[in-house]
Amino acid sequence: MTALLETRSLSMSFGALRATRDVTFALEEGARHALIGPNGAGKTTFVNLLSGVLGPSSGEVLFKGRDITKVEQAERVKLGIARTFQINRLFRGLSVLENVYMSIAERVGAAPDMLRPAGARRDVIDEAMELLTRLKLADIAHKTIPELPYGRQRLVELAITLGLKPQVLLLDEPAAGVPSAESHIILDAIDALPKSIGVLIIDHDMDLVFRFAKKITVLVRGAVFAEGSPKEIGANADVRAVYLGQAAHHG
Amino acid sequence: MLLGGLAAGMVLFIVSVGLSVTMGLMGFVNLAHGGFAMIGGYVVVLLMNRLGVPFIVALAIGFIVVAAISVVFERLLYSRLYRATELDQVLFTIGLVFVMIAGITLLVGPETQPLNLPSWMQGQVDLGFVTYRTYSIVLIVVGVIIMLGLWLGFERTRMGAQIRAAVDNRRMAESLGINITRLFTITFAFGSGMAAFGGGIGAEFLGLDPQYPLKYLVMFLIVVAVGGLGRVTGVFYAALIIGVLDFILKKYFPQGGTVFIYAMTILLLLWRPQGLFGRAP
Amino acid sequence: MSVTSMSDNPAARALARRHRFQWWEVLPWLLGLAFYFAFPRYLAFGTDVLITILFAISLDLALGYAGIVTLGHAAFFGAGAYTVGMLAKNGIWTEPITLLILAGVVAGLVGLASGLVLLRTTGLTLLMLTLCTMGLLEESANMAADVTGGFDGLDSLPIKPIFGRFEFDVLYSSTQYLYVLAVALVCFVFVRTLVYSPFGHSLTGIRENTLRMHAVGAPVRWRLVLCYTISAAIAGVAGGLWAEANQYVNLSTLGLDRAATVLIILVLGGYGRLYGAMVGAIAYMVLEHFLSKAYPTAWQLGLGLLLMAIALFARGGILGIVEAFSRRRDRDRKP
Repeated sequence: MTALLETRSLSMSFGALRATRDVTFALEEGARHALIGPNGAGKTTFVNLLSGVLGPSSGEVLFKGRDITKVEQAERVKLGIARTFQINRLFRGLSVLENVYMSIAERVGAAPDMLRPAGARRDVIDEAMELLTRLKLADIAHKTIPELPYGRQRLVELAITLGLKPQVLLLDEPAAGVPSAESHIILDAIDALPKSIGVLIIDHDMDLVFRFAKKITVLVRGAVFAEGSPKEIGANADVRAVYLGQAAHHG
Repeated sequence: MLLGGLAAGMVLFIVSVGLSVTMGLMGFVNLAHGGFAMIGGYVVVLLMNRLGVPFIVALAIGFIVVAAISVVFERLLYSRLYRATELDQVLFTIGLVFVMIAGITLLVGPETQPLNLPSWMQGQVDLGFVTYRTYSIVLIVVGVIIMLGLWLGFERTRMGAQIRAAVDNRRMAESLGINITRLFTITFAFGSGMAAFGGGIGAEFLGLDPQYPLKYLVMFLIVVAVGGLGRVTGVFYAALIIGVLDFILKKYFPQGGTVFIYAMTILLLLWRPQGLFGRAP
Repeated sequence: MSVTSMSDNPAARALARRHRFQWWEVLPWLLGLAFYFAFPRYLAFGTDVLITILFAISLDLALGYAGIVTLGHAAFFGAGAYTVGMLAKNGIWTEPITLLILAGVVAGLVGLASGLVLLRTTGLTLLMLTLCTMGLLEESANMAADVTGGFDGLDSLPIKPIFGRFEFDVLYSSTQYLYVLAVALVCFVFVRTLVYSPFGHSLTGIRENTLRMHAVGAPVRWRLVLCYTISAAIAGVAGGLWAEANQYVNLSTLGLDRAATVLIILVLGGYGRLYGAMVGAIAYMVLEHFLSKAYPTAWQLGLGLLLMAIALFARGGILGIVEAFSRRRDRDRKP
């Protein structure tokens, strides 16, 4: 069975720094896959390579068996690969609804329309409201981003990405910066994601990772260190030493 | 005649080097930089013409006065806009330059101020096979000395290293404990003082009237953009190239000279947006 | 999740209605018409203001909505003006309305060509390139004195009467005023439609967060080029109107002075807000008309101080201040 998104011997160097080393990785359909590793392991670089923000120094990225290594970010989005960012990238002056409208309009091809009012595209507005209702954001849909608490903003980040109806969803530290009192809204939203899409989460939060993932890949210094089910990884002494041991010190 | 171009280029260099470093250091678009040059020029010329101060002393006073003024501006006004959008910086500095021009016009008047060179700088130097204006030679020598001095300053002193580090990567420099705020005030003051020096010493070439900052704004910006932000050597070569080109073109293609410079700048910036010597994005 | 429950949501309702014409939007145009009857001797000035408003609106598209900071927008104004000037002066074409369309097309093409090439860069490099492009056009026009009239420009342009009947009145500019008012209205409606469209929405997205727009699959550069081209075309129409109304064209249409002034006007009124161009142009030109001739140096000083103040304290210009006041008033009203 062809994996949904995979890499073959993917490497990325910034001058002398080898951020990604010969990574062969596969994300299946319907996957709940987590990517963990100590700081500086190259996780965000890897996500940038997957989403097309960066082009690799060598190796290939494939989507449903097709080589997309040279394909640009915006095109990969059209293929069905979407991501969220570690630090929110939102349209700050606009309302929540207007934020989500942006991605849906791109997807359905409404965006190039210069002559009809944006408000006349009821289909886009309805779909946006449906999405916001599912994520329990409908009651604050009219508020602008600065008016929202950070946890809700993070949820809007997720909403914009879901508006793209992706087949692959890359979540870069989805709960980062969210106060623990609010983090459950993110976790609930991730739990409720459509079963068909392949989800890759990058995170440090072990509770989140073990709650959510069916498969874990451990990245250390840019290379794949270990891979397996949560049980296997949890029991792996080497992984403990390299990563979980650090987390224990941080408490 | 080639020498005249080199000399003009030296003036461009002296005035623009401060702009290049401050733009490279803080990313601040300072369209009022020419205004500091103008003020310096006026200080020098007025000291000489009205108070009979000797040329060299006047230049020194001009440097100090303008550097001091610029510190005040920087601390009180510029620093509030470091995180502002490029548009706000453009607007602010355009406004400032208007104020400077209007101020000079009100205080001194709209006429061009003549620069009376001291007698030892007037006349010509006979090198045997060719004679050159003494003024041009002095400008070239001064320009080279300044360039070497700045280069040594940047390469050999601690502050120079700090500036270079901050130009390359500000966040990294901050995390290394470098006091960016103080660094910038000093650099800004030095750069503006240098502009004042250039405005004074180059007053014979570039002229001195209230329209000076706007007349030469695009020229200074081109020199800085072509040379690469924050690179002293870059500004040096760019200024010389443009100075010489401008001189030659004015002689042989009086109509089309500036077109060539604009076209060349466009092509260069499209090929290398970071300028000849700037760091690649 | 029926459609009716969606429309109950205030956000959805607001978005669906955003583009609807509000009653006060007719006012500026009624006032413009009233001006025609009330001040028949100031129609030349009025025409100038209307043309400036149109020029500022074109800049707002590029600057206020797409976030392209340019000091070279006069390049397109001049391109339009010289198109009219050169075609009319040589007797090649003198019908005003088609001339105007040609002016827009030529300026749009210049915008397209320069946009494709310049909009690969950002920030200071882009600013420099817009300055250099405009300077290139200006010096070229200066050089090609045979066709462009060089420094003196082209005067006494033989523009035919509109529809064969309404002559351009050199003395009182009455025909010009109504003509420019009509063209400005048409262009304004077009820009308004554009701003409220999904395309306009995506431009706002590019301005607010370009990286995010890439990440939602938007072809950012194409949108920017398209926006820049349209902005250039409208600026060209404004320039063409200037040439027709004044019946001459000269280098001032391509200069830094004109480009800087329109930027100041737009910021003064408030950029990224559809009506900022109108407010800014009227405020600036009325003040300039009275103050600049009497006390030119004081005018420059005051303008400089005003710009510094705007950059420091009132980035949204006049409309921004008005908005802030009405927001505070709404807040104070709530219990």
